[in-house]
Amino acid sequence: MSYLSNVLFAIVLIIGFGYFYLNVKKIIRNINLGIDINRKDNAKARWRNMAMIALGQSKMVKRPVAGILHIIVYAGFIIINIELLEIIIDGLFGTHRIFAPIGVVYDILIASFEILAVLVLFSVTVFLIRRNIIKLKRFIHSDLKGWPKGDANYILYFEVTLMTLFLLMNASDLHLQNVPGGFSHFIKAGSFPISQFIAPVFNGLSNELVMLLNEAFWWLHIVGILVFMNYLYFSKHLHILLAFPNTYFANLNPQGQFDNLASVTAEVKLMMDPNADPFAAAPVTENEVPSKFGASDVQDLNWVQLLNAYTCTECGRCTSSCPANQTGKKLSPRKIMMDTRDRLEEVGKNIDANKGVFVPDNKTLLNDYITPEELWACTSCNACVEECPVNISPLSIIMDMRRYLVMEQSAAPMPINAMMTNIENNGAPWQYSQQDRLNWKND
Amino acid sequence: MSENLIVPTMAEMLAQGKQPEVLFWVGCAGSFDDRAKKITKAFVRILNRANVSFAVLGTEESCTGDPAKRAGNEFLFQMQAMMNIEVLNAYEAKKIVTACPHCFNTLKNEYPELGGHYEVVHHTEFLKSLLDSGRLTIEGGQFKGKRIAFHDPCYLGRANNVYEAPRDLIQKLDAELIEMKRSKANGLCCGAGGAQMFKDAEPGNKEINIERTEDALETKPNIIAAGCPFCNTMLTDGVKNKEREDDVKVMDIAELIANAQDL
Repeated sequence: MSYLSNVLFAIVLIIGFGYFYLNVKKIIRNINLGIDINRKDNAKARWRNMAMIALGQSKMVKRPVAGILHIIVYAGFIIINIELLEIIIDGLFGTHRIFAPIGVVYDILIASFEILAVLVLFSVTVFLIRRNIIKLKRFIHSDLKGWPKGDANYILYFEVTLMTLFLLMNASDLHLQNVPGGFSHFIKAGSFPISQFIAPVFNGLSNELVMLLNEAFWWLHIVGILVFMNYLYFSKHLHILLAFPNTYFANLNPQGQFDNLASVTAEVKLMMDPNADPFAAAPVTENEVPSKFGASDVQDLNWVQLLNAYTCTECGRCTSSCPANQTGKKLSPRKIMMDTRDRLEEVGKNIDANKGVFVPDNKTLLNDYITPEELWACTSCNACVEECPVNISPLSIIMDMRRYLVMEQSAAPMPINAMMTNIENNGAPWQYSQQDRLNWKND
Repeated sequence: MSENLIVPTMAEMLAQGKQPEVLFWVGCAGSFDDRAKKITKAFVRILNRANVSFAVLGTEESCTGDPAKRAGNEFLFQMQAMMNIEVLNAYEAKKIVTACPHCFNTLKNEYPELGGHYEVVHHTEFLKSLLDSGRLTIEGGQFKGKRIAFHDPCYLGRANNVYEAPRDLIQKLDAELIEMKRSKANGLCCGAGGAQMFKDAEPGNKEINIERTEDALETKPNIIAAGCPFCNTMLTDGVKNKEREDDVKVMDIAELIANAQDL
């Protein structure tokens, strides 16, 4: 009988990790649809960023209430997962509290898991209140209509459920540990500062029933964790994993430094070279696709921008600090990231459905998801980049899409065209002659 | 009214076989915009007073290409950049100072990859170095005890982490430096960046410069100090919109220093 449950557990585990593995592969495949850029330089600074920002949560606490509660949930998540190791070993080998013999350390571990579980429950409750009762502006924003709003709440409900099951599992265990003369395999092990107060609810029930409940809690808890892990792929909650690579590969240059398009540099250099032969035919390379300037779809973005899209957890700090959004414009940096991920998922599904090849679907990130009106509202002020707790850059996507609008489609707003014509003709954004540049001296 | 500003050009310097200590990059706003020209002159007066050997490019200067780049026209940007780099390199420019954070950012961060390697400083950093080295001394004068709120230009602050130089200068005036609720890394844009200066805003419920002016007015300032000609325009318009131009002045840091010296 117990042999059967070991096999069942192994199967559950294989399905859980197997499905997760397939989806992780899909994410990596999709991220690699992006253009290659080198973000492997300066490893020292990158490790430091990851340690400070992802592991150390340094940017989270800039908003202290959310930041501190988030650290509790995050610490709880990581530390309580140590317990997972014991659960998996117990499940596979039919043991019970395999680590119990380590004695005092075990007591301390179990006790700290319990305390953290309660802190997590408290924090998650506050998060639910902020989202659904206080209704903070960034959580009821139009970006989150539909699935994203549900997603945010489902994650919190999941956490409540998992923590509750963990405590009930311990409480029923403790109840059976305290049966006079001992009961079954429930040896005295662990210290239960929280669940000792829950254990009395089992008084009056038969030991067999409590044991059954204990097994049910145990199973629901581990299956719940596996389901939650597989939910990540469909959810903004993916940030718990991707925050680490995302901060590692984030831009290290000053925020004001925008990349210089290398394809443009080559052409401009040729134009300015007095020795270049204007009639010489460009060397023709077989199958060479002429480079496209800027981005109209996800494949034109670089892989870090696509990683950014999967990492975004839709907290909305970017949007709440965006000057355009605060003054009622359509632009929302969070929506830029959500749209990019949605489109990337759509392209990924297209590839899956067409045997590994993308079949054009007459849709693009530009226009079908992100409108020029949103793009032109950006002041490039970097507030969104500064705010992002995991160093995502919505601005770089906005800029790449503007480049496409201007260089591929000549679709800039009229006054912008006038400004650019002035720069071309007289070296200033206004209609003043370059010869008058020093007139101020004598004004 | 012509005053005795000494403004040598790089060409004149070269003819005399001289290399100035620093090249003053005036920028388009500083050259042509009526309000910004006053900032340019105030800065030159200080340079003259401190006997700084400087020169401008004059008619050889051209737009850095910043607004074109932020608008998405990488071609035009790189054309401008390479032309400017040719001129700057021909004069063997080493150090550049500018009163425009957009020029500052572009010259400092985006030109090196295209062949333009210079030490680039914002005029507030340069002024602070003049004070620190004792080449310039200032007294509070007319600004003593005045409430001065500093607005961080995005391309100086967040873009390049220069927050302290302008603040140090305000404090040197014996003025009361006041901070808006959103300042430094959290500062709110004036609304002009990203080529917005040259177009109308998209439909919304408010202009960004009004939102920012409200931040500033909340601090009950006598003066709103800026370090960018575009921020200056946006905030001046905002103050006018609020009909507060009689009791609240929008001034550049260079103007504060020059006025304190009665220059």
